Amino acid sequence: MTITRRLMVLASAAAVGFAGMVGAAHAFEPKKPIDFVIMAGPGGGADQIARFLQSVAEKKDMTSRPLVPNNKGGGSGAEALIALSTTNDPDHTILVTLNSFFTTPLRQPNLGIDIQTFTPVAMMAVDPFVLWVHKDSGITTFEQWLETVKAAGGEYVMGGTGKGQEDSIVIAFMSDAFGFKVKYIPYDGGGAVAKDLAGQQIMATVNNPAEAKGFYEAGDFVPLLAFSDERIPGIDVPTMKEKGHDFSYYNQRAVVGAPGMSDDAAAYYQKLFADIYNTEEWQGYMESESLSPLWMNPDEQRAYWETQVANHKALLAAMGE
Amino acid sequence: MEILSLLGDGMVLSLQPLNLLLIIVGVTVGLFIGAMPGLGSVNGVAILLPITFLVPPGSAIIFLAAIYYGAMYGGAISSVTLGIPGASTAVATTFDGRPLALQGKAGLALVAAAVASFVGGTVANILFTAFAPLLASVALSFGPPEIFALMLLAFATFVGLGGDDIPKTILSICMGLVFAAIGFDQVSGAPRLILFDINGFLKGINFLVLAIGVYGIGEMIWTIYSTRGEITTTKAEISVGQIWRDIKEVGQRGWKGTAIGSFLGFFVGILPAAGATPGSLMSYGVAKMVSRKPDEFGKGHPGGVCAPEAANNSASTGAMLPMLTLGIPGSPTTAVLLGGMVIWGLTPGPRLFVEQTEFVWGLIGSFYVSNVFALLINLAFIPLFIWMLRMPFTILAPLIFVLSVIGGYAALRDMFDIWLLLVFGFGAFFLRRFDYPLAPAVLAIVLGPIAEPTLRQSLLLSSGDPSIFFTRPISGPIMVIAIILILLPLAKFLRQNKPA
Repeated sequence: MTITRRLMVLASAAAVGFAGMVGAAHAFEPKKPIDFVIMAGPGGGADQIARFLQSVAEKKDMTSRPLVPNNKGGGSGAEALIALSTTNDPDHTILVTLNSFFTTPLRQPNLGIDIQTFTPVAMMAVDPFVLWVHKDSGITTFEQWLETVKAAGGEYVMGGTGKGQEDSIVIAFMSDAFGFKVKYIPYDGGGAVAKDLAGQQIMATVNNPAEAKGFYEAGDFVPLLAFSDERIPGIDVPTMKEKGHDFSYYNQRAVVGAPGMSDDAAAYYQKLFADIYNTEEWQGYMESESLSPLWMNPDEQRAYWETQVANHKALLAAMGE
Repeated sequence: MEILSLLGDGMVLSLQPLNLLLIIVGVTVGLFIGAMPGLGSVNGVAILLPITFLVPPGSAIIFLAAIYYGAMYGGAISSVTLGIPGASTAVATTFDGRPLALQGKAGLALVAAAVASFVGGTVANILFTAFAPLLASVALSFGPPEIFALMLLAFATFVGLGGDDIPKTILSICMGLVFAAIGFDQVSGAPRLILFDINGFLKGINFLVLAIGVYGIGEMIWTIYSTRGEITTTKAEISVGQIWRDIKEVGQRGWKGTAIGSFLGFFVGILPAAGATPGSLMSYGVAKMVSRKPDEFGKGHPGGVCAPEAANNSASTGAMLPMLTLGIPGSPTTAVLLGGMVIWGLTPGPRLFVEQTEFVWGLIGSFYVSNVFALLINLAFIPLFIWMLRMPFTILAPLIFVLSVIGGYAALRDMFDIWLLLVFGFGAFFLRRFDYPLAPAVLAIVLGPIAEPTLRQSLLLSSGDPSIFFTRPISGPIMVIAIILILLPLAKFLRQNKPA
């Protein structure tokens, strides 16, 4: 089974490589500004990354026409997915995604979005999740936290970006694995969640490091547990795996092209973002924002989409979504 | 004392030749971006962000802040001269700015906007300089129940206005709330009110599309209808002496609105959930409520221009506060600025204020300098804008139509919005024909998306118990005032309509 899949991947990789060589004869160059759609509103993690990518391309003069950021965060990214599916210029339309790329089509089947019709471009990094509390809670370990949550008997308040969103998947896994209940308050973005933890309107959150970093460095937030495979450099807390549960969860920071993008255009964007990936700036950004590298070629990306859709289907089903 | 010396250093920094040049260029660019319907400070800052790699971070943020500032001044220009809100923050300025222009007093309206913007900006700068860390903790103490109470208070000021027909005002608010509910439900994530199964409704109704439709297209149709196609030009004279007389009139009739806008705008601006648009609309409502002649609001009262203009400048400075002290954006534009800081290698967050003193105080110093230049540049351009108004309406009307369509498209770059724009334009015309006030609907579509999630978050916090709004020390008093304001005119209305 695994062998045949590998063979298929290899075969198709060779085919793409060949197509790429043929395509090089009529190399694609953008003829107008590139619509750089962002699957989230301004200010959040995905938006920051998109603007960073744009600025690196701009600073190094890597594109003949500019990348124009275009926030379409409505409906957990449904707005962006529809915009890409219905664009009349797929060669100039690319999308910065997060995991709502997988969850939104699953939760809204009536949108009629099939993500396998999209064009893989680049997997820039994956963003881990961390459980945070406010320093005034006095909690410093995950075990203390569990005790507090269980003692609160369902009155413990956590905030996040909404049911079915990345952080709620992590929280749902924890409450299932450790048998507790919390009140979950939805917000419209990671920034708003961090603000209300800082103001102690809520008691704990599951957030990407970048969104909580300022408060962590100032000593206001205390990290308790990471949901990554390895410990996160700079945030020295145990992982869920160390606590005996084989669970890790990341937000993808990937770029995809519109459905129907020509092979030449796809090759152009794949090369562009591979070049950006290799810049000192992006490597430094990944380190300072605690992102994990997970570079993949286009075929690996497609395979990754497939496993992620299957994983999320199971996770959402377990949540009763 | 320490603050004064830090501020002094900051001002010296912002007066360095490069920074001063960036301020002047930034304010002028911002002024025109703000004046273009559909393009607001957020677009200007986002488009010009990449340019800032050419200069050090301290100068880059000064440049972007100058654009932000200039755009707040510029938004009023098309609101007054064309009746199309130049930016979402200037929608309330059309309420009285446009009627003034139609009465041949465009100069007065533009001067009122410029002077009020300057005062609002200055008051905000002083509050910012003196109390930044303290105010940051105030912003943090506003959780969902407090924000909801504040939103209810804003609705109450619009219901509690004397003069308007109260049932029609409430209907207008309800209509706005229904429009605000279209799109995805933020709490459950489910699509809501997707009318006729049109995908375009999934993203919700953009506030700027509604505002441009109502005030740009609707107003144009109304003018054509009421003048019956006669060729008219708006009288508009301007001279240095006239500007001086206008400034004096603004001082007499607009001071109250300016004062309200300056303080209320700043306070609403520092709350990360709100921002300059709600701040300017709320200030308009309060200024109208406390005015001795509320009937004149909406028909061309300088105070109706001063309040929102003072508020949007004040709020834009206010929105910088959570950005600099907490690393949390208070408005879409500050979100882009925050992204910029990350790109320049700074870590936004609570430590920025302490660790990057030169960066932070250079920026604060530049607020003062930008504000002065924005006022001077704006006043200098007023004759140009007045001259535009001298065009006959037969030329102006197509221009308004084209600019409205461009503005509606520029907001989200979606063709669907153009159709919506036209529907809103015609809808507004008919509602106006039947004397429905439209400002409350505009208010509702801005505040609805803030009020609804905070109401639901609060009730989730309390497991459905509404007493949460009354038992918390900050939200309690605000709720009581809001409810009294709503009930007062209702009681009056019922008394007047009692059967004899």
